[in-house]
Amino acid sequence: MDDARLAERAVTTGEVKISARKAQVYYGETHAIRDVDVDILDKTVTAFIGPSGCGKSTFLRCLNRMNDTIPNCRVEGRITLDGEDIYDRSVDPVQLRARVGMVFQKPNPFPKSIYENVAYGPRIHGMARTKADLDQIVESCLRRAALWNEAKDRLDEPGTGLSGGQQQRLCIARAIATSPEVLLMDEPCSALDPIATAQVEELIDELRANFSVVIVTHSMQQAARVSQRTAFFHLGNLVEYGETGQIFTNPRDPRTESYITGRIG
Amino acid sequence: MTDISTGTAQDWNAPEVRSNLRRRHRGERWLRGIGLAAILTAFAVLVILLGSLTASGYKAFSQTFITLDVPVSADRVKPDRIAAANWRGVMQDAVAAMFPDATDAERKVLAAIPSSVAQFAVRDRVLADPALIGQTVTVSVPVSDPFDQLHKGLIDRATPEENRRLKDAEIAAFDRLVEAGKVALRPNWALVTSADSRFPELAGLRGALIGSFYALLTCFVISFPIGIGAAIYLEEFAPKNRLSDLIEININNLAAVPSVVFGLLGLAVFLGWFGLPRSAPFVGGLVLALMTLPTIIIATRAALKAVPPSIREAALGIGASRQQVVFQHVLPLAMPGILTGTIIGLAQALGETAPLLLIGMNAFITAAPATPFDAATALPTQIFIWADSPERGFVSRTSAAILVLLGFLILMNGLAIFLRNRFERRW
Amino acid sequence: MAGWAFLLLAAATVFAYALNRRAADALREDGRRLHSLPGFHGGYAALLVLVPGFLFLCLWLVFQSAFINRSVMAGLPPGTLDGLDSGAVQLLQSEIISISRGQVFGTPEPWKLEAATRMSEMRSTAGWVMIALLALIALGAILYARSRVSAAFRARQGFERIVHGIMVACSVVAILTTFGIVASLLFESLQFFRMVPVNEFLFGLNWEPQIPIRADQVAGTGAFGWVPVFVGTLVITVIALFVSVPIGLFSAIYLNEFASDRFRAFAKPVLEILAGVPTVVYGFFAVLVVAPALRNAGAEVGLPISPNTALAAGSVMAIMLIPFISSFSDDALGAVPQSLRDGSLALGATRSETVLKVLFPAAIPGIVGGILLAVSRAIGETMIVVMAAGLIATLTINPLDSVTTVTVQIVTLLIGDTSFDNPKTLAAFALGLMLFLVTLGINVLALRIVRKYRELYD
Repeated sequence: MDDARLAERAVTTGEVKISARKAQVYYGETHAIRDVDVDILDKTVTAFIGPSGCGKSTFLRCLNRMNDTIPNCRVEGRITLDGEDIYDRSVDPVQLRARVGMVFQKPNPFPKSIYENVAYGPRIHGMARTKADLDQIVESCLRRAALWNEAKDRLDEPGTGLSGGQQQRLCIARAIATSPEVLLMDEPCSALDPIATAQVEELIDELRANFSVVIVTHSMQQAARVSQRTAFFHLGNLVEYGETGQIFTNPRDPRTESYITGRIG
Repeated sequence: MTDISTGTAQDWNAPEVRSNLRRRHRGERWLRGIGLAAILTAFAVLVILLGSLTASGYKAFSQTFITLDVPVSADRVKPDRIAAANWRGVMQDAVAAMFPDATDAERKVLAAIPSSVAQFAVRDRVLADPALIGQTVTVSVPVSDPFDQLHKGLIDRATPEENRRLKDAEIAAFDRLVEAGKVALRPNWALVTSADSRFPELAGLRGALIGSFYALLTCFVISFPIGIGAAIYLEEFAPKNRLSDLIEININNLAAVPSVVFGLLGLAVFLGWFGLPRSAPFVGGLVLALMTLPTIIIATRAALKAVPPSIREAALGIGASRQQVVFQHVLPLAMPGILTGTIIGLAQALGETAPLLLIGMNAFITAAPATPFDAATALPTQIFIWADSPERGFVSRTSAAILVLLGFLILMNGLAIFLRNRFERRW
Repeated sequence: MAGWAFLLLAAATVFAYALNRRAADALREDGRRLHSLPGFHGGYAALLVLVPGFLFLCLWLVFQSAFINRSVMAGLPPGTLDGLDSGAVQLLQSEIISISRGQVFGTPEPWKLEAATRMSEMRSTAGWVMIALLALIALGAILYARSRVSAAFRARQGFERIVHGIMVACSVVAILTTFGIVASLLFESLQFFRMVPVNEFLFGLNWEPQIPIRADQVAGTGAFGWVPVFVGTLVITVIALFVSVPIGLFSAIYLNEFASDRFRAFAKPVLEILAGVPTVVYGFFAVLVVAPALRNAGAEVGLPISPNTALAAGSVMAIMLIPFISSFSDDALGAVPQSLRDGSLALGATRSETVLKVLFPAAIPGIVGGILLAVSRAIGETMIVVMAAGLIATLTINPLDSVTTVTVQIVTLLIGDTSFDNPKTLAAFALGLMLFLVTLGINVLALRIVRKYRELYD
């Protein structure tokens, strides 16, 4: 992984937020992820690309321990958040997930009102003392998710009544309401039409100001558009990791080149 | 509006945040605990249910027998009038012979110990072989119920005499018999080989078992073909129109109609309008068939639906008609599922009581039915009759009858599970 | 006689099959191209004989005895039946029937013997007529089927049309059953309402159905207000739900969210055992264990608990409902999409928060549907209450008292001799009608809720 190390040194945009060393993931007997070493930077959008089934979503789920919910899934190696091993016994996954938020492939708003969807996280984590605090959090998150103007008059209506793109932005608003430090996005635009996709991509770019964003995507154009750094996964291995411009214009690994030019995947 | 919530990261180590987290984890443990407690409660209830039934029922699987040497004197029994002889007197002679020193009062008590069936047992032996007159016949017969209870330890000897079912004299007399080695506990085959009786020590389930068998047979013969026919039509041929919707809704609702209402239907239509015989297992089977029909239809449709459409397309593709496709390809593949559903439906029907009560299958009948049109009881109604009987001995017999019923249910459900595991395919 | 008739029918069916098949085979040997295989020609003929013959036999057998009984009773010497109520007439009829079957007890009057003779004569005549008609039908069908055999005849289509008709008839049985239920309940209830006014039944606060059947019996004056009976049903239902809903629901939550796969695989079948226990067993359990235990417990703390307390029947009914509610709730929770669960967990919610705040509200319609079905079961449940609840209708909502229920009254009114012309018997049908309507309403509502809910997440 010398290539990755080199690429990393060239970047100065942020501190290392999440770091993985020799990470392995097994599903029962299947070895799904092998020897992944990666450093994810703060205030940066990192894209994970690769063909279907290459393990990029699996690895993403390891970063906030969502794979704990999958029976017989096992993680080895070391993954740290701000230098702290997130698989350490002392780490509470509940708290970890508040710090590392996640947005899913299909918009999954709760069957509750728009307001309640956003307020859910702050409420369970006890982040708002008064109703006014909560109102403020909801409003600011909806604003940041570029949904405020569309939703401000219908906060009491169910979130499931919104359009697909609005639902996904609602889910983003919900995720940032717990003020996470990292936001994981698992193909957030794959279920959306082009216009909604453009809105969400714009949003991702704005979120970079405050969060470290990790996005798994199928679309290389999307990775090129929104990310500063890109990691290419293939068959459970991290093949190449570096600045997005370099990966797309001058890949070092032949597999990366084949993928980008459309020969595999 | 200022951004207060974002940008400024939450301090996850602040004391109030930590205590909040602890509280939340405590809530988690609580819910888990309550859930586990709920399910363990359900388990405990099951254990208590089966435990109490077994504890009260297992004693009815054995029966106290007494061996009597009965001298058949020619004085009492005349060869030409054997049936009309004073057999009660013969029994009293037997007891007197056994205990020559007993007083008259004691003899009276002793004579009450064997079940009333004893004199008939002796009579039948002599009727079969008149040469026995003048000799001694040895019979082994059940003792009457209170003494059976005493021997099984169900009557506490320490209770004051006035509160006890057996008086001191009776216990003393019985103890003499025990000492004489005349009393023994043996397996109670009569429980399944005899029909009902007013005397607990003689009552058995034969009539009920045969009645239930006939009722289930009728139920199966009627509901199985009709259920499969209806299910095939609805699943494979019915056009999607209001009529088939109506049939579908109707079947779903029929499955949830209280069983006692089916009993009313049977009473008014089968007995009242059609004039079919009362208490007959055939009529019981008819009512049960109507109740089982929705179960079979729903199970059959599910089994048909599980057969992948590719099979149908393949057969249609080589020129089979739709009926040939269904009867030659789909139905055989769905058969394990259909049989599983049918057996489960029949098991439900076997335990069904209320509709059978209404068509009179709770009559007191001391002979097993010879045909499905004779009056009979069924296993669950027999349980109901015995549970209602005041004699103490029927308590353990009721439990024993329940154990027999549960045994059949376990057998049937086991068969259904076996069929499912053995033959059902996953597509 | 019926056995011979069925045997004749079977023989005719086989014969028709063989005849047409032979004929078709012969055509084929002549070098003609048949439209349908010979087997279908045979099958067509067989069904053409079997279906009408079978229908004829069933209808004949169903109506024969009723017809014979009626005409024998009508042929009794004039004046015999004067002044007899329907129960006595029925008794007389069954006496004549048993005499005609050769079971004579004592020495019956000559006119009874005469009637019995007439009855057995009619029976044997009817048997011969039945066989003759059946033979005629079979012969007609065989001749007709034989006449249709030709190379161009579409025997397969004909055969399949008949099979199709049979299947349609099978599905109509379900409708006929519902129709039979409604018709019998309505018919008998209308007769009841001719004797007891509807509003007295619906709003009356007294239920004392033990009216005298014969003039010399000592019994109450009779009152048929169903309110106390219905309230009693509700009391027991509420007790049953009060116990079973929390246990069933929390069991489902535990199984769905916390239990390991192995525990789940063990626990679900165990709960199903509870569901498979016949209700007569639960009834006996209530009488044998629960009621005495409650009475003793009541005596310990000085509470007067009636021997037939609603608490005993209700709590045992709850045991019956636990698996029902838990499996419905389990299905409803399981039907909530995984994505909602993931969404909540990804926000840092604990499992319990996820269950209580996201999954449970989302699953509410399914759970409510299940509980409604449980309510309808509890209202219609018979054996537990017949064995463990009381017989006297007291208007109370005290769970320690003894109450009676609709089903208990139906069973007690109809056990023993029944005659269809006194209000005591007919009242059972009026109760049955109400029971049917109430449970039907609840079931329709519940099934609709459950179906809507399934569509929501499919």
